[in-house]
Amino acid sequence: MRAHPAEYELVAPGTLRVVLSLLAEDPGEWLPIAGGTDVMVQYAAGNLRARKLVSIWNLPELRRIEVSDDEIRIGGGCTYSDLQESEVINREFKLLSSAARWTGGIANQNRGTIGGNIVNASPAADSLPALLVYGAELLLVSVRGERRVPYRTFHIDYRKTQLEPDELIRAVCLTRRFSEYYAHARKIAARDAQAIAKVCLAGLGRLAGEVVEDVRLAMGSVSPVPLRLTQTEQMMKGKRIDPQHVEMAKQAAAAEVRPIDDMRSTARYRAAVAGNLVAEFLEQLRTGGSKT
Amino acid sequence: MAGNTAAKRGKAFTVPMTKHRIVGTSVPRREGRDKVTGQARYVDDMDLPDMLYGATVRSRIPRGTIKKIAFGPGIDWNEFVIVTPNDIPGKNCIALIEDDQPCLADGTVNHPEEAILLLAHRDRHLLPKAVEAVRVEYDALPGIFKMEGSEDRSEIIWGTDNIFKSYLIEKGDVDAVWPHADYIVEGEYRTGAQEQLYIENNGMIAAFDPLEGLTVWGSLQCPYYVHKALMKLCDLPADRVRVVQMETGGAFGGKEEYPSMIAGHAALLAMKSRKPVKIVYDRMEDMTATTKRHPSRTRHRTAVSKDGKILGGEIEFTIDGGAYETLSPVVLSRGAIHSGGPYHWPCVRVRAKAVATNAPPHGAFRGFGAPQSLFALERHMDRIAQAVGQSPVEIRRRNFLEPGQTTITGQTVREEIDLGKLLDRALELSDYQAKKKKFAREDQRSGSKKGIGLAAFLHGAGFTGSGERYLGSVVGLEASDDGGVRVLVSSAEFGQGTKTVLCQIAAEALGLRYEDVGIAQPDTQEVPNSGPTVASRTIMVVGKLVQSAATGIRQTLTACGKLGESYSPEEFRAACRAHVAEHGKFRSLARYEQPDEIVWDEEKYRGSAYAAFAWAVYVAEVTVDLITYSVAVDDFVALQEVGKVLHPVLAKGQIMGGVAQAIGFALYEKVIWEQGRMQNGQMTNYIMPTSADLPSIHVYFQELGNVHGAFGAKGIGELPMDGPAPAIVNAIEDALGVSFDSIPLLPEDIFDALNEKARAERGVPSARAGR
Amino acid sequence: MSETSPGRTRCEIALTVNGKTVSVQVYAMERLLDVLRHELGLTGTKEGCGEGECGSCSVLLDGRLVNSCLIPALQASGAKIITIEGLATDGRLAVLQQAFLDCGGAQCGICTPGMILAAFYLLSKKPQPTRKEIREGLSGNLCRCTGYMQIFEAVAEAGRRGVTT
Repeated sequence: MRAHPAEYELVAPGTLRVVLSLLAEDPGEWLPIAGGTDVMVQYAAGNLRARKLVSIWNLPELRRIEVSDDEIRIGGGCTYSDLQESEVINREFKLLSSAARWTGGIANQNRGTIGGNIVNASPAADSLPALLVYGAELLLVSVRGERRVPYRTFHIDYRKTQLEPDELIRAVCLTRRFSEYYAHARKIAARDAQAIAKVCLAGLGRLAGEVVEDVRLAMGSVSPVPLRLTQTEQMMKGKRIDPQHVEMAKQAAAAEVRPIDDMRSTARYRAAVAGNLVAEFLEQLRTGGSKT
Repeated sequence: MAGNTAAKRGKAFTVPMTKHRIVGTSVPRREGRDKVTGQARYVDDMDLPDMLYGATVRSRIPRGTIKKIAFGPGIDWNEFVIVTPNDIPGKNCIALIEDDQPCLADGTVNHPEEAILLLAHRDRHLLPKAVEAVRVEYDALPGIFKMEGSEDRSEIIWGTDNIFKSYLIEKGDVDAVWPHADYIVEGEYRTGAQEQLYIENNGMIAAFDPLEGLTVWGSLQCPYYVHKALMKLCDLPADRVRVVQMETGGAFGGKEEYPSMIAGHAALLAMKSRKPVKIVYDRMEDMTATTKRHPSRTRHRTAVSKDGKILGGEIEFTIDGGAYETLSPVVLSRGAIHSGGPYHWPCVRVRAKAVATNAPPHGAFRGFGAPQSLFALERHMDRIAQAVGQSPVEIRRRNFLEPGQTTITGQTVREEIDLGKLLDRALELSDYQAKKKKFAREDQRSGSKKGIGLAAFLHGAGFTGSGERYLGSVVGLEASDDGGVRVLVSSAEFGQGTKTVLCQIAAEALGLRYEDVGIAQPDTQEVPNSGPTVASRTIMVVGKLVQSAATGIRQTLTACGKLGESYSPEEFRAACRAHVAEHGKFRSLARYEQPDEIVWDEEKYRGSAYAAFAWAVYVAEVTVDLITYSVAVDDFVALQEVGKVLHPVLAKGQIMGGVAQAIGFALYEKVIWEQGRMQNGQMTNYIMPTSADLPSIHVYFQELGNVHGAFGAKGIGELPMDGPAPAIVNAIEDALGVSFDSIPLLPEDIFDALNEKARAERGVPSARAGR
Repeated sequence: MSETSPGRTRCEIALTVNGKTVSVQVYAMERLLDVLRHELGLTGTKEGCGEGECGSCSVLLDGRLVNSCLIPALQASGAKIITIEGLATDGRLAVLQQAFLDCGGAQCGICTPGMILAAFYLLSKKPQPTRKEIREGLSGNLCRCTGYMQIFEAVAEAGRRGVTT
């Protein structure tokens, strides 16, 4: 343990209102800590720059899932276990419940939150590609009120987001229009459990006959921010899923991603596997996508 | 101490009972209850009054001289105990084979993370910051980070030629064989460093009293290694140094030699401060600063006849020892001796050497050189099979050692081992032939491809050659006033079942119940030196001495008429109690004597290298995912001949655990080096298999007995490390038709190879190779 | 739960551990792992990695399996914690603990407390888990000694014997 607890301040006001006023009082001074699965790792390694932390763990305003006719709102404080245990998410937003099952081990799923995952903004985060393809919108909250931003604009650059220093993610809003889509996600990592993704794919598709009516593809760990493969999508829309088009899509995806070499993997591996995953997705869409 | 000693002359020991009641059954783990209730006490679970915590300031460069050390601002240095090389009472070294490794760098550093000075403070949270605040300035010198760099000697970083040790093993006249070869098969094979990754990090507590002396408690395998090192470092006589092993959370060789270093550090701080000092590493420090498996490079050149028989060959075996000699000569020795595997080599020349690089010294890890050389050999056998046009099965069958033949060191195989039959059984158990055919038929254009591969190997138990004689292990059995007996050994328990099996052996040998036998915690004040807990020797060699010591106890009680020829446990206890009441506690000691037939020539490196070999054939079934290039081991058969299984559950546990580590060695565990420093020193980026990654491992035993081992047992702790990696890589070649000669083998490597292959087939120029 | 930590001093935190309510004076950012081991002397919970990867520090917090090395003390205020020391009652081993003994599920023992708690958590949700469910349920607990097989057998056996909750 490479940090001295005496050098840190941690407060737990217990209500969203008080937390927000604290963040507003001293913008940038207070680091929100939810489940701690990212912050505490940095802390123990002696790498946490923040010295003042405010706990947002288990705030009732943040840890709930609201279901209305046209959308669901997943509170930013919902844990991965909460996501896995939610009936509506399992039924209509499978990509998110799959990602929740892959993130860390069970003990970390019981603590890690969707809001924390988004704000931590690791390009390798498992659930972020799912949010991209579901066209999520984020409800950001501060003392100044609430604002709604499309998730696809939220990440500005590597680990940089639109979040203002006095803001929290109140909820992730997902429109309930994807239950007719074929959903498929896959995470590639160094081992089958508890590993950071080398490449991951979240995909949604809908066929009209044998032709792709809509396809939505997003990947993690292949660029500084979670990436929507808009070019590959455009290429496939209106086309049949046949060997020629699958090969084209594979090449397009491999070219569209911008991966790097790092400790976990190589850029060329990631690019190739990205292409393979997209091809796999299309094959599965072809055989499984017309029945919904 | 009143007592009798019993000397054994190496004859086979006979037990009064014809049927074994305890040995061969799965009795409860002696210390199991404490482990499942959280009561077991590991070093970090213990605190002493007034205790300080210690930490180590380490080198940030691979090689250079220390210009200046400054104690930076922001820390009240008066509160700290600071130890530098000047504080070392004895010799600044960690005594092992050579004295070349300093305890604290004295003016020069030779590897990243080398210890420079030590700090201690009451508040353990202050230490990381204090360590950061010590500013060391260096004059950097060029470092060597690869074996090839060491070999070309552009820099001499150790001794006169960068070579810690070399061996030459020769049998027959290999130079004459080449003209007679129908095939000459060559290959080069590499294995990488591997971190032992015991779940309990290294830790020690030391306390010093000017009258009593020095005591250390810690996580360790070899109390007397630590004892010897501390005597020299602290300039203390043997009876003023006491080493106590605490419950040890995994070791695998990683706590064979390293504990002497951390014990030395804690001891120096304790001697300076006159307070107890605890040093416990965190995961990153343990991974980056302590020993790992020696990386290796093996080159084979083999003369083969057209019907697939090995006529002879040359083997060049090189290991990377890191910056100091430590145990490299012994790792080299074992790797070299095993390099010929379970095959008959009419003639062979093995040139083995251990070279220096500027990395933290590499060290003991289960298998100790054999996993490295056997990986190469078992890959090479498949290569030979291809060259000759035979199956991997047939090539091995044709070359297996038979009773009466000699190994590469000229040791005659005296037991009735039938390796062909062992192979057949493994093939049957794994359904090898049917699966191989089935996998070959399956379409490679589908998303995955399956393959099956095998490896045949052996592992010598006990210290090599004259090693056991040199150790001269002593074991004690003490009779106590409650009528029970206690086993006194320095052999450490760290999960493998030392305590359980040695108590079984004593109970069996004495005709007692398992519950009547206790075992002392290894404490150099209490127990004799039964040698280090390494080399798969504990049950076989030390256990046999326990059997011998048991005879001494029985002889004592029989001789004074308290015990008859046969007796019940209660009668024994009564006799024991009576004798102790009259004469006091008594001990029976047994000392190792080398059996006459184990003859070894240390000069020529010839003769009987080991008292016993265990033999094995392993089969791995894999699926290569062609979308992700990752390999899953779907099923695994581990069949071995081990003399005698003394405890079925523990024996199985050893094999399964070893196979799991070897799967990690083959497919997952990569140390990423940068200028001699491990970059991925965290569990999140040094990948060991989880429960989700491992196959069902099917374990089977054959038992031929072993005249030199307790109740016929051979050593098995290291055996399972030798076979899985080549079996798996052989299976991957079966699946893909691509040969891989280097481990760890990651999906990225498989992708690169398949990509190269595809490009070559399309006539496209080669892309950049390697990472 | 509304608490503040007045600057960098220790604060009083009350929590229930193994059925007993205790009060400790600790820094708000002290790790729950260290509170258990050093303040409460419950050394059964172990530190293997300090980064939430190995599971040796697993405990049950308000009925959920968590890695105690990643939980700051203040967030455990008012919580109900179960550690390995809380499983055996009146000197009798819990069914799981006995199954681990019988099946060879513990070798060096350092992963064992966390592993048993993870198994306990799994069995509380799935009393008769399949081999696959056991694999997944324990995938956050690393064991370097056993290769996991005898641990799986122990958990399956405990399921068969009926784990008392």
